[in-house]
Amino acid sequence: MAKVEHKVKEPLIHIVKRSRITIWKAWLIRIAAVALALVVSGIVAYLVTSENPLRIYAVIIDGTFGTSRRFWGMLQNLAMLLCVSLGVTPAFRMRFWNIGAEGQVLIGGLACAACMILFGDKLPNAVLILVMIIASLAAGAIWAFIPAFFRANWNTNETLFTLMMNYIAIQLVSFFTYKWSVPKGSGQIGVINRTTHAGWLPVIAGKNHLLNIIIVLVLTLVLYVYLWYSRQGYEIAVVGESENTARYIGLSVKKVILRTMLISGAVCGLTGLLLVAGTDHTISRETAAGRGFTAIMVAWLAKFNPLVMLLTSFLIAFLEKGSTEISTTFGLNESFSDIITGIIIFFIIGSEFFIQYQLKFREKEEK
Amino acid sequence: MTKAQQGKVPALRLEGITKEFVGKVKANDNINLSVDHGQILSVLGENGSGKTTLMNIIAGIYFPDHGHIYIDGEEVVMRSPKDALRHNIGMIHQHFKLIDIFSATENIVLGLDEKGRLDMKQCVNRVKEIATQYGFEIDPEKKIYEMSVSEKQTVEIIKVLYRGADILILDEPTAVLTPQETEKLFNILRKMRDDGKAIIIITHKLHEVLSLSDRVTVLCKGRNVGTVTTAETNETELTEFMVGKKVMLNINRTMPRDPKPRLLVKNLSCKDVEGLEVLKDISFTVNSGEIFGIAGVAGSGQRELLEGIAGLQKCEGEVVYLDPKTGEAKDLQKKTPLQIQELGVRLSFVPEDRLGMGLVGNMSIVDNVMLRSYNKGKGIFLHRSAPTELADKIIKELEVVTPGKSTPVRRLSGGNVQKVLVGREIAASPTVLMTAYPVRGLDINASYTIYNLLNKQKEGGTAVVFVGEDLDVLLELCDRILVLCSGKVTGIVDARTTTKAELGRLMTQNTNDKDGASDGQG
Amino acid sequence: MWAAFIRRAIMQGIPLLYGSTGEILTEKSGNLNLGIPGIMYVGGIGGVIGAFLYEQHASTLNPLLAVLIPLLCSMLGSLLMGLLYCFLTVTMRANQNVTGLAMTTFGVGVGNFYGGSLAKLAGSDVPSINLTATSSYFRASLPFAEKLGWFGEIFLSHSFLAYLAIIMALVSSFFLVKTHSGLRLRAVGESPATADAAGVNVARYKYFATCIGSVIAGLGGLYYVMDYANGVWSNDGFGDRGWLAIALVIFAVWKPNYSILGSILFGGLYIVHNYIPNLDVSGQELFKMLPYVVTILFLIVTSIGKKREAQPPASLGLPYFREDR
Repeated sequence: MAKVEHKVKEPLIHIVKRSRITIWKAWLIRIAAVALALVVSGIVAYLVTSENPLRIYAVIIDGTFGTSRRFWGMLQNLAMLLCVSLGVTPAFRMRFWNIGAEGQVLIGGLACAACMILFGDKLPNAVLILVMIIASLAAGAIWAFIPAFFRANWNTNETLFTLMMNYIAIQLVSFFTYKWSVPKGSGQIGVINRTTHAGWLPVIAGKNHLLNIIIVLVLTLVLYVYLWYSRQGYEIAVVGESENTARYIGLSVKKVILRTMLISGAVCGLTGLLLVAGTDHTISRETAAGRGFTAIMVAWLAKFNPLVMLLTSFLIAFLEKGSTEISTTFGLNESFSDIITGIIIFFIIGSEFFIQYQLKFREKEEK
Repeated sequence: MTKAQQGKVPALRLEGITKEFVGKVKANDNINLSVDHGQILSVLGENGSGKTTLMNIIAGIYFPDHGHIYIDGEEVVMRSPKDALRHNIGMIHQHFKLIDIFSATENIVLGLDEKGRLDMKQCVNRVKEIATQYGFEIDPEKKIYEMSVSEKQTVEIIKVLYRGADILILDEPTAVLTPQETEKLFNILRKMRDDGKAIIIITHKLHEVLSLSDRVTVLCKGRNVGTVTTAETNETELTEFMVGKKVMLNINRTMPRDPKPRLLVKNLSCKDVEGLEVLKDISFTVNSGEIFGIAGVAGSGQRELLEGIAGLQKCEGEVVYLDPKTGEAKDLQKKTPLQIQELGVRLSFVPEDRLGMGLVGNMSIVDNVMLRSYNKGKGIFLHRSAPTELADKIIKELEVVTPGKSTPVRRLSGGNVQKVLVGREIAASPTVLMTAYPVRGLDINASYTIYNLLNKQKEGGTAVVFVGEDLDVLLELCDRILVLCSGKVTGIVDARTTTKAELGRLMTQNTNDKDGASDGQG
Repeated sequence: MWAAFIRRAIMQGIPLLYGSTGEILTEKSGNLNLGIPGIMYVGGIGGVIGAFLYEQHASTLNPLLAVLIPLLCSMLGSLLMGLLYCFLTVTMRANQNVTGLAMTTFGVGVGNFYGGSLAKLAGSDVPSINLTATSSYFRASLPFAEKLGWFGEIFLSHSFLAYLAIIMALVSSFFLVKTHSGLRLRAVGESPATADAAGVNVARYKYFATCIGSVIAGLGGLYYVMDYANGVWSNDGFGDRGWLAIALVIFAVWKPNYSILGSILFGGLYIVHNYIPNLDVSGQELFKMLPYVVTILFLIVTSIGKKREAQPPASLGLPYFREDR
């Protein structure tokens, strides 16, 4: 029974979990990651355009701050993205993977558009808007409630369920866009109530998107207070951290899941309302424009803190605007912005590793 | 009996094994031990005596600080479970390492370093072969999730045999088995012994030791206190070995003042997820102004008992609370923790799993302090001012070492975590305070802080339930001690007059020998 | 008409079959790769780039090279995506959902960006590229298929990539159930801690399964461009097929051999509206949601039924770090 002893080397790099990290250090790592990502994006942009890299960055900045119109456009994008991110946040703080925001936004928008089309000339405007609000919030909430109900009762996988709900919503929207298309059969709804403006959210201070932006800002604060300072927010955190503790303090996990998803869906539904009644005044499959997915990344990057989301959604909105500007200036395809967004997110995702873990190199050992 | 004839060289010999965990006492201190082919060695000891650590060292899970391991006379180094497997050592853990949706055979062949096609039929046949050789009853194609605990254990044993193990280590194998299943297992182990295998079995059930093993090694507080031949010993001697001499702790203890029944438990029974009865017909009364100890080897039903009273576990039977002011009897059975609170019962509970149940690791001290009370008061908002004050008070009075009250409790050391938890539960000025292993893993100073807190509660008239593992502590801290063994009460004794040996005997008593444990009233 | 319908259903189903086979292998290692839609785009555009460059540079096309170059380019593209996903989720332990979604954004972006840019290079007005020559080699099928009536039309009229998809699914099934490595892979997805204790190198299995899965999924994108779309790349043309492939994984209860029939069923559901008389456009859109509805119902039924074999791998979506135990 001769056994050969293999000389086992200790690995060169050993990964250990950090016990703690100072906040400034964590942010330094994140900022470094963003900076590095920008350098890499610059290189990528340089490779496809052969332009002076500095000029590329100038164009990115110009894309947002070049004209006031661009700036407001960026703010509007930011607000909409932030709004969806706020929607997914309560669910994520509970460790419920709601990746169905896209569908919840769309179905909220669809409910809103339906009210505008069906009751546009039947109800006074104020009543109509009230009905729209109720309908969108309810639609989003229901869309989120369905997967939550099955998850709470039968532990149905919520990631896959909410994902599938997106496409049902998209097809429903498609169905109704053909049903209500103007002119008939064109497959497009066009601007709803173009002449009467019935159901359009009011324009304040002459700025087109100002109302949206204000609503989302208020919502950010409300959600922050709700999650950090209300009892229900506290319950969400407890359920998310440990269902066992929730049981110990006599909390009904099921109830918290259902309630939180209703809120999550309702906020997404509200985004649908803002997009349809406050921005586009129409609806199509593209109304949500992938924000439901981008929002997940925005929320995650912000560690599900609504206030930090102001920053992360700005980062994404700014980059999108900037890379769109690159594509138009240098005659590139508009999908360029998706690539840049992807690169930035990869880097930030990667940086989290260095915040949570520490690399320890093997020390030279003499034996 | 081919291998047994390999002469006098022991199959496995340990020499001077020492293992220290950072910040804790030595788990193993200079332990020597040996087992021959064709022999069953029992390793006997209380909770925390270092049995499992020692076995994990043999199985390659822990690496010893000092000491040597010899197999068939040759020194070996065990770096990983893989090394242990190469040396034909197989370990059957107390918590099975099986994949639920795999069949028995799939689990058995999983660890083999084989490539290419998986010939299930051949594997099944091989499993069946082993099964008939030793008399296992098993369906090789049955899925693990459809199996009973004893069937799962059988799979674990076959897994080890399938890989050709000559030295088997079983960690508390009978803890989850019925007496009939235990007998079956023992027959199989005897057969394996006759087949020349060296077997080490960890247990704290004396009658099992006596009926099964050839030799017994007794561990106490990390040391090897003696090895005897089974035929030459008896229960009394083993018990004395196991519990050791009484150590004086000098815990301050007063006589209960004006004890009145506070908590009545009658005929409480409970089944676990697998349908196994973990509590059988438990009855006792806890009085005000006393510390009521619960002793027993780990997993005898302590957790279920406390959770059953606290409304976290579904049980059959009666739990009645007698209100100290009105004397009114309140039924706590089949109530959730919230409903119990609403009844006006001030029941505090320090669970065993501190960070997984009692506290939320990622939340700050303040947020943890309000876990049980956040819902009090009006409005939809949290009121953090009172919890903040309380957190300050706990930090100051219990000398919690922390950078601040907003530090997540996960970052605190074990003792400080426990202070926060106990501090919070006591702050609710409970009339019943249940604590499960409140000093586990704590250093001496922190432990005494906890003892003093519990004593203060007792003097204030609270009925304190203390589940502990250190018999010395139980004997010096408590007024009465209930002993649990396999989910049954084997006795309720006066802590002032009983001895350690008596406790040890009750804890390891085969409940089949002696029916009808002491009456619930003390 | 039935034969034509089934043939179209199969053609619709093949990309889904590739995608779901790849995703099943990936998920069996415990990785929920939501980047599959992006990977399939990259697989598609990889093939397009390869074919485009070859068509531009070679005066006459060698049939073997015309197939091989796009094939290798496609595989390389999706392999890189798979490596990226593994690096982030396995080595860097990043959140799988976030990484996957970012990969989808990135992959779709890459597809559409290069698609659009190549179209511009080729001087096309619309963002689409026409690679009919290469496509004709990809679409080569058995010459006698047409002579065998409905049988030939349904079973024999397909291109080699279609048969490869079925072979891949069967091989994957065999691998998962009948080999030692497959058993270990399943163990990793169920309980990495148990697999680790049994001496399985968890990270290596995750890497291999996910990367091979990505390459297989990427071929779905290639099939779509070269066969289904006759070599015409148009931006966003691939649509939501990537998500449909993930739905198919659920429907096939994580068994590649089931997903063969499942893919045909999904393909059929996807196009059945074309074969229903008197159906207006809006009705067609309702029909297109059928695969998703079916998947959700299936998901609900299996979770209520609690049939253990129909559940996702137990550690799906969770990172594994040995010292966390």
